[in-house]
Amino acid sequence: MNWWLRVARRKRMEEQLERELRFHLDQHAGDLIARGHAPDEARRQARLSLGGPEQVKEKCRDARGTRWLEDLARDTRHAFRTFRRKPGFAAVAIAILALGIGATTVMFAVVDSVLLRALPFPEPDRLVTLHGFNEQFGDFWGFSAPDLDVLRRASGSLEIAAWTYGGGTISEPGEPEYADGRLISAELFATLGIRPLHGRAFQPNEDRPGAAPVAIISYALWQRRFSGDPSAVGRTLVFDGKPYTVAGIAPPSFRLSGDADVFTPLGQSNDPRMQNRGSRFIHVVARLRPGIALAGAQSELAAIANRLAGEYPKSNQGIAMRLHPLQQELVGDVRGTLWLLLAAVGLVLAIACVNIASLFLTRSISRGRELAMRVALGAGRGRLMRQCVTESAVLGICGGLLGILLAAASLRPFVALWPGSLPRAEEIHLGGPVLAFAIGSSLLSGLFFGLAPALLVPLQSLEAALRAGGRTIAGSSRRGHSAFIVCEIALAFVLLVCAGMLGSTLLRLSSLDPGLNVHNVLTARFAISPGALENPAQIRAAWEEVLDRARRVPGVEFAALADIVPMREGENSLPYRTTVAPLPPNREPVALASCVTPDYLKVMGIPLREGRFFNDYDREGSEPVVVVDENLARHAFGGQSVVGRQLWIPAMGDTPVQIVGVVGHVRHWGLAGDDQSRVRDQLYYPFAHVPVRLLHFFSSVMSIAVRTKTPPLNMAGPLGFALRGADRDQALYEMRTMEQLVGASLARQRFLLLLFGVFAGIALLMAAIGIYGVLAYLTGQRIPEIGVRVALGATAPDVIGLVLRQCVGMVLVGLGAGIVVALAAGRVLQRLVEGTQPVHAATFAVTIALLLAAALAAGFVPALRASRVDPVKALRQE
Amino acid sequence: MATLKSDLPQGTLDLLILKTLAVDPLHGYAIAQRLEQVSRGVVQVPEGSLYPALHRLENRGLLSADWKETETGREAKFYRLTRKGRKQLEAEAASWRRLSKAVGHVLAMADGGTE
Repeated sequence: MNWWLRVARRKRMEEQLERELRFHLDQHAGDLIARGHAPDEARRQARLSLGGPEQVKEKCRDARGTRWLEDLARDTRHAFRTFRRKPGFAAVAIAILALGIGATTVMFAVVDSVLLRALPFPEPDRLVTLHGFNEQFGDFWGFSAPDLDVLRRASGSLEIAAWTYGGGTISEPGEPEYADGRLISAELFATLGIRPLHGRAFQPNEDRPGAAPVAIISYALWQRRFSGDPSAVGRTLVFDGKPYTVAGIAPPSFRLSGDADVFTPLGQSNDPRMQNRGSRFIHVVARLRPGIALAGAQSELAAIANRLAGEYPKSNQGIAMRLHPLQQELVGDVRGTLWLLLAAVGLVLAIACVNIASLFLTRSISRGRELAMRVALGAGRGRLMRQCVTESAVLGICGGLLGILLAAASLRPFVALWPGSLPRAEEIHLGGPVLAFAIGSSLLSGLFFGLAPALLVPLQSLEAALRAGGRTIAGSSRRGHSAFIVCEIALAFVLLVCAGMLGSTLLRLSSLDPGLNVHNVLTARFAISPGALENPAQIRAAWEEVLDRARRVPGVEFAALADIVPMREGENSLPYRTTVAPLPPNREPVALASCVTPDYLKVMGIPLREGRFFNDYDREGSEPVVVVDENLARHAFGGQSVVGRQLWIPAMGDTPVQIVGVVGHVRHWGLAGDDQSRVRDQLYYPFAHVPVRLLHFFSSVMSIAVRTKTPPLNMAGPLGFALRGADRDQALYEMRTMEQLVGASLARQRFLLLLFGVFAGIALLMAAIGIYGVLAYLTGQRIPEIGVRVALGATAPDVIGLVLRQCVGMVLVGLGAGIVVALAAGRVLQRLVEGTQPVHAATFAVTIALLLAAALAAGFVPALRASRVDPVKALRQE
Repeated sequence: MATLKSDLPQGTLDLLILKTLAVDPLHGYAIAQRLEQVSRGVVQVPEGSLYPALHRLENRGLLSADWKETETGREAKFYRLTRKGRKQLEAEAASWRRLSKAVGHVLAMADGGTE
């Protein structure tokens, strides 16, 4: 009979065993009677020589090999019975554990989907991105179109594809709407290894200037505008004023650095930057060809970069090319944050486990008599431990299952709470590995808090317990209890210090001056009517009219145009120099250049330090002028007066531009990021001086900013209405107040602070509950001793002091351990979160005070109770 | 009386059971009696260990068991040697003979040495 049958036929096997032994006894007794014994005596002797039917049965059951399973079932039933008898204990333990497991599971689900799982492309580990690199900027993502051409032809080890950002108004079919777009090379789909859902990818002959306009549309747009009709392929989409034939529908999961709705061939772009070797605005994605290793491709790229530097020193000298795995690029700086949060959540889970372990220890000591009784009845230590562990594993599994439900419910809200867009967010779900993780960690937790008490209560003391009636063994477990408290305090301390660091960081960053008046400013990107973009004069007139209309909206004080808006995505960095003699290429200082209209300074409330800002006399054909910020003035001219001096800006031609004013520095890269950014100099030039050939391009990037007299978001409707244009094909989008942008620049810090604050709060609460429980228990055990002390003249304050001293002792040891770990954790935090300062002594002091206060508060109740011990009663108890 | 009987060496009970069953199937009580007779009362077979040993051997596939009627008309569990059991018996018996021979040699040598 195999093992499974033996398990399944347990009942029948028991019956047979009974029958077999009865037969033996009857036979033996029968023989003895035949030899002349009295029947009763014969039966007794038969029984004696067999050695007790029950013991024999037990041994036979052991021989079956299914024993552990039966024990497990029995222990599980016993565990449930125990929990039913004390539902409060089980409920608290399960709730604590469910919270811990739930939170850990959510974080692990995110880590698993975003960081660990391979990208949803075939052979994802062979996909790479190419970056440029020079000493001044470090690593940067951009390639210029001419360089891309060279790269494509020269590289034998890489299948190269490219894309860049685009966008425009969709005016047909349906209502006009702004849509984000991406310009992609024909090879992109093939390189990634994906196919359009319907239709086809671009052909190589469509990826060049003058080819018939074709577009691939996103799944979302297809659903929205064509209600998912497959016949959309082949229909016409008017995008950015140009009729495109829809060639294909992208698969729903297809994203390129954020959502986009319209994909058009990069080669068809008439962007003037396409001709400029210095304009690095194209992302390059590539797949390693079969048999090529990353290092091989890297050395080939080095040779190509060298050749380009030799041929085009002006634009390419000192520029290297680097390969990175695509996954790393997509995930970006989220990696650190995610691991940080997983670690924090793990700490919370650890505290939860320690807490439950200490509950279990307390309980197993109060159950000392029961356990001791079992030992007396012959249960071995292993058997007892198995029972303890079964109980805690049952609890662990219950907590784990509840935790998984919690995680399933809170995963989506958590992802939605993430500041900005979490990469690969759409892929996040509770998959197999995540469930395995959750179940594994709940079982491990169960094992931990079951084993710890079992190991800490020595068997001998259990025997002592039986003799002493379960009273004298408190001393032996005191060390175990203290260890739990020390752990809890240390873990809670680490979380509290991290929360404190983030809090003080946020406080410091929020108090920084952004460099502009953020109140009552509304900014929005603006899609101007494609009909207005026919000739330069018309373009300028159209923008003039937009500004004019905006100014006339009631409640608008000033209105201006700008190509980049502080603290919003988007930048334009230009090299400059202060002498006519060219510096070695790529060695020139770089400034963030904003193209603005005259009222920009008034809209943003940026202080004018010297000279003047632009006015209506700075018009097309007038002398080229710039305004610089105080950083540039200091860096380039060492703090001398700079008004009237000249700058050479290669991107604006060979003739120098004159500095007419100095303004305050604006924290363009966000309150947190600005201090670390590489480009900190800023300069402004008038929109009126944008050269004619670039006017069309600039029209696609200009934003509008207005200063309002009333709360700015109230102006959104009227402004949009006033600016929709004669053909109603102009739209405001990405509308943000400056206050929102400033807030968003600290979103990461705020998000982390929120989570760490919650975690630290939970940790503090759990630690306090743990201290309370342990002290209440230990003090309860010491009542006879305290009774003696009181009888000998100890006063109530003496007793309170006695208990609290014990508490403070444990807390201090925990703090000692916590400080060491917190210092290390602080280092990590500083590296991962921009703007974080080293741990302040003040943060430590506040945290220590907080923990001590919490511990004393938690210890005071048991201490007070101890001080009211009636010595007579206490002594009688002994 | 009791001092004349020695305890069964560890592991030999299994061998004795297998040997007892080599001829024909027997039930537990009969095995106990047969062992008692064959060992002529020299070896004390602990009846309490007999049944666990039988069950263990059955689970290892060395024995198989059927419920059959005895001559007195009662149902009893009869144990029978399987082919695997027979092989095991041969192997164990051989190793036992080797061992007892070796022990005998050693004892003889020791006797010679002291006299």
